[in-house]
Amino acid sequence: MSLASSIKMENATSVAENAEAALPALVMRAENVSKRYGPVTVLSEISLDILAGEIHAVIGENGAGKSTFMRLLSGYAEPSEGTLSMGERLVKFARPNEAQDAGVVLVHQEILLADGLTVAENLFLGRELTRRGIVDDRTMRRMATEKLAELGCSVSPNALVGTIALADRQLVQIARALLDDHKLVIFDEPTAVLTGDEVERLLNIILKLKRHGIAVLYISHRLDEVQRLADKVTVLRDGRMIGTYPGRSLTQADMANLMVGRELATLYPAKNTTPSSEPMLSVRNACVPGYVSDVSFTVHKGEILGFAGMIGAGRTELFEGILGLRPGTAIVELDGRPITIHSARQAIDAGIGYLTEDRKGKGLLLQEQLGPNLTLSSLSRFHPGVYMRGRKETAALAVAVENYDIRLKNLRLTAGQLSGGNQQKLLLAKVLLTDPSVVIIDEPTRGIDIANKAQIYAFVRSIVAKGKACIVISSEMQELIGICDRILVMREGRINGEVAGAEMTETNIALLATSRAEPGHASQGERA
Amino acid sequence: MSAITETPTLRPGRELNLNWADLGPFLALGALLAIGFVVNPDFLSATNLSNVITRSAFIAIIAVGATFVISSGGLDLSVGSMAAFITGVTIMFMNRLAPDFAGLSIPMGMAIAVAVGVLCGLANGLIVTVGKIEPFIATLGTMGIFRALITYMSDGGTIPIDRALRDIYRPVYFGTFAGIPYPILISLLVAAIASFILYKTKYGRKCAAVGANADVARYSGISVVKTRTIAYVIQGVCVAIAAICYVPRLGAATPTTGLLWELQVITAVVIGGTALRGGKGHVWGTVAGAVILELIANLMVLSDYVSEYLVAGVQGVIIIIAMLIQRLSK
Repeated sequence: MSLASSIKMENATSVAENAEAALPALVMRAENVSKRYGPVTVLSEISLDILAGEIHAVIGENGAGKSTFMRLLSGYAEPSEGTLSMGERLVKFARPNEAQDAGVVLVHQEILLADGLTVAENLFLGRELTRRGIVDDRTMRRMATEKLAELGCSVSPNALVGTIALADRQLVQIARALLDDHKLVIFDEPTAVLTGDEVERLLNIILKLKRHGIAVLYISHRLDEVQRLADKVTVLRDGRMIGTYPGRSLTQADMANLMVGRELATLYPAKNTTPSSEPMLSVRNACVPGYVSDVSFTVHKGEILGFAGMIGAGRTELFEGILGLRPGTAIVELDGRPITIHSARQAIDAGIGYLTEDRKGKGLLLQEQLGPNLTLSSLSRFHPGVYMRGRKETAALAVAVENYDIRLKNLRLTAGQLSGGNQQKLLLAKVLLTDPSVVIIDEPTRGIDIANKAQIYAFVRSIVAKGKACIVISSEMQELIGICDRILVMREGRINGEVAGAEMTETNIALLATSRAEPGHASQGERA
Repeated sequence: MSAITETPTLRPGRELNLNWADLGPFLALGALLAIGFVVNPDFLSATNLSNVITRSAFIAIIAVGATFVISSGGLDLSVGSMAAFITGVTIMFMNRLAPDFAGLSIPMGMAIAVAVGVLCGLANGLIVTVGKIEPFIATLGTMGIFRALITYMSDGGTIPIDRALRDIYRPVYFGTFAGIPYPILISLLVAAIASFILYKTKYGRKCAAVGANADVARYSGISVVKTRTIAYVIQGVCVAIAAICYVPRLGAATPTTGLLWELQVITAVVIGGTALRGGKGHVWGTVAGAVILELIANLMVLSDYVSEYLVAGVQGVIIIIAMLIQRLSK
């Protein structure tokens, strides 16, 4: 099926190229599409033309209505008003299957795969190949390997999805969407969990789809990608369409301003020019079996220390090991005193706060209200006696909402009802409520819009301004360069080098993340 | 912080936050009483209701404990066998102590019942948490063990309580206070204490957090092992209290004591509104659930429409309908 489909793809391309050399064909047209949920209008009067062989980016802040729009186009929801048409024909998709039959597929932002099945089984789930009525595993495995290889993904088709890296899962999900022929492929933030090389590969895949005459709708918070890829950019703000612009005509700053509707202050706060040389947290000989071997580093008071590296370099595992969240050993000194940490409780009590990268899976109870979420790590401090006082919690929540600018309609919402940016602010408030001296933030702005990003950077800077220390783990190099005073680069479970000041460039970091540092250059995290 | 900050309309305050999932079991209970009255007016008589609710007390008390276990993301299949085992041990101890301590052997036996309940719960909890065995399998194992122990202890027959003690102990099941049978009062007291623990203490908060998402709880510095183990111990204590009320009813323990109670207990918890996958527990809903089960059985006996041999079948239908309602109200 895969081979056949790629051959068909070639044919379709040549036809498209011959016939539509002058004017690309219209794949889908949305006219005055609106969506209301009860009295709330989340999308009003969006009109858009999507052309074959064109990459059309849709950008906007969280809550601007991008995801809703994509859901309307791909059959996950029906428009309250307005029409969708493909070619000359009006279409109505009551469910995703109908959209897929018409040639429209959505690649989800969230990973929707079955952990307990293998890569190949997931790839063909619901459309297994059979031979005389019997599932043809051998062919499916072979095709899975080929399809994944096209995406530059080398996981075994027999591996259980639950055991492979997040980035690989994303690629499996993309491979699944690309298994059939499609006229329109919609990507909802496909690069959110990918790093460097993987992003590059995905962008190449998208360019290949474009060359094959397929229309691509691309949603991303990463404006650099949008600028590189997009032929057209449509900006949404508060459920309304601001406009569609030719891709190359906009700078990243233009895009950000259109999205926010105001001039953005500088994204990154000013750096601390004179960080103290007093160590706040020093870690010696940290080992996490299977992930990290013999890592030592020190972060000073008032300093933001960055951890860069590819996915799989062991950054998250390093800190989870140090903090007792997974088996590991390390000699830890906090503010000059040696401490032992065997559990998350001990780490919190000692004064180390950790914001997980997996906000939804490990950070917040999505079904629970905001107050219980906020105080979950500091229950004993909040309720010294047996009895819990609801009023103290409500007061703390009101303060957190104010201080961290969490936007919500009322305090009775559940955490899952907040947007990504507001969830992250709530998580930050939760961790800071434990009054840590060191705050470790893993992927501080994953899946968060630009206005919230700027706020979170400002919060991080204000944490260290009070003499605390902060460690930021991130896959976005620009972010690390923007907010950190110093960056350690990890590679294959070790610290491969350190950059600070003017040396903090994407080139230097990428080099350290991917190739072995020259002897003498690797400083093992120590500042001279 | 930002130019587009809107003043959020914050509504703290003590607003009642009721929804259908919370109210469901009580509405069902009301509907059942109304239907019962139509079918047979005797159904609503004080004697009948008091009898029915007294009979439901054992299941209610055990199910309150199960609300903790299920809320914390666990499951306990061993409660029926455990009840039989504790009943047997309690009677044997009381009989042994009777010659020396006379009436005093009853409270001593009760203390032993609670101690055995704590140990049984602790065993279940540690196998699940420290042993890291699926709750279903772990308690399936202990269910067999407890059942075998009571069968062995009774030699396949019965362990009757000493005649002298029987009369002194009798009021615990058959007696009343202000016209209300003791088992009803005890189950209300157990439920009141349980709802205080679950809704008003840190432990209750941790229990719901662990059940809703064990990873979030762990990353928030909550000990999943400790929280879950305590839930099983609470379950053990509840089973012991139920056993204490049960002994005077029949005055003996047999290998069939508490047979299939685990099914009724889990049904009561689920129709009470607690999700089987863990999270927020509904103690009073559980109590309502236990009463509903017994009322349905009683209603079938009192009416001529459906054979009482089909009681278990109707209860099965009820649990499925309850789950469907929970699903649809989402």
